[in-house]
Amino acid sequence: MSYSTREEEWADWMRAAMSGDAQAYHRFLSAVTPYLRAMAKRRCDQFGAPASEAEDVVQEVLIAVHLKRGSWDAARPIGPWLSTIVRNKLIDSLRRRGRHVTVPIEDVIATLEAEERADNLDRLDVDHMLEKLKDPQRDIVRSISIEGTSVRQTAERLKMSEGAVRVALHRALKSLAALYRSETREDE
Amino acid sequence: MKTNDLISLLAEDAPVRLRLGRRLAFALIGGTAVAAILLLSTVGMRPDLASAIETARVQSKFMVTLALAIAACGLVFHIGRPGISLKPWIFALVAAPLLLAAAILTELAVLPETSWHAAMMGRYARFCVFFIPLLALGPLAFFLLALRQGAPESPGIAGAVAGLAAGGIAASIYASHCPDDSPLFVAVWYTTAIVIVTAIGGLIGSRLLRW
Repeated sequence: MSYSTREEEWADWMRAAMSGDAQAYHRFLSAVTPYLRAMAKRRCDQFGAPASEAEDVVQEVLIAVHLKRGSWDAARPIGPWLSTIVRNKLIDSLRRRGRHVTVPIEDVIATLEAEERADNLDRLDVDHMLEKLKDPQRDIVRSISIEGTSVRQTAERLKMSEGAVRVALHRALKSLAALYRSETREDE
Repeated sequence: MKTNDLISLLAEDAPVRLRLGRRLAFALIGGTAVAAILLLSTVGMRPDLASAIETARVQSKFMVTLALAIAACGLVFHIGRPGISLKPWIFALVAAPLLLAAAILTELAVLPETSWHAAMMGRYARFCVFFIPLLALGPLAFFLLALRQGAPESPGIAGAVAGLAAGGIAASIYASHCPDDSPLFVAVWYTTAIVIVTAIGGLIGSRLLRW
């Protein structure tokens, strides 16, 4: 698949996602992740940092893309928007981990244009950050991510409305991003 | 947490309630309204505005402040959007200083040298430097809150641009009250006031707009 068709597909998914299509959004994030991983790994290899650190960076970048998706103008191509977010967050995240880097935008674009590769690593700073969230945010995040329950099931179990669970989830994701910003800065 | 689990988690939070452009539009309307109401409910417009607006000096005062407000607002609307060129808006920012320079040259040509200083000092310089930043607080707060949804490359610069736009709006509104019409006055005191707002915006932005 060429980059431009892929970019259009990503844009379609993101448009659908922004109007509430969770499945399309899942497809978008899953499609973008291998590229993010390739970029993060390349940078971490450069410093002899472990692969698990690259995966932490990937997750942090994913959260940034998520929280900033409202800044994409749906009438424009998604590529330049995505490359810029990814590059800035990549630099920021690595820097806070004590790895001083520059990431040329051309590299990011080249990786996004390259052929897909798939692998799935895990483990995380997020688990550590999760501990710092307050309930019900922490409970909701755990329940949906690790136990794989839906928003509705979570709402029923916690005797909350679905809307309240969604709001709490959104706040939790914002808090996670803020925790990353304050937490990893100690390395500097 | 595996990355796949994180993706499932993010997917559950798919919808975007208010996009950045919409938020900024609300901020512009809300901020301008707050500033206008503040002016009208306190010092009010100058009583002779209808006749004053026919003079070249008052017209040029409005042109300078509006040119700044429009260009800086254009920048605010684009600075939170990654991957978009800001160049056209940066160039547009030059219009206000150029208009002001032209007005100053005209003023210097028309006015005898002995009255330059008095024209520059005006009558209400202190109030101008106090009131424009005060009027700007509303628009600045609205812009900064809206920009939190954006992803500016440099949070400090984005905050400063929000301050510049808020200052431009405040100055345009204040111009309807201000009885000091010389471009020399505008060049010194309006500029001072707007620089203050820009600096405040930059300081707050460098913290508030980090992402």
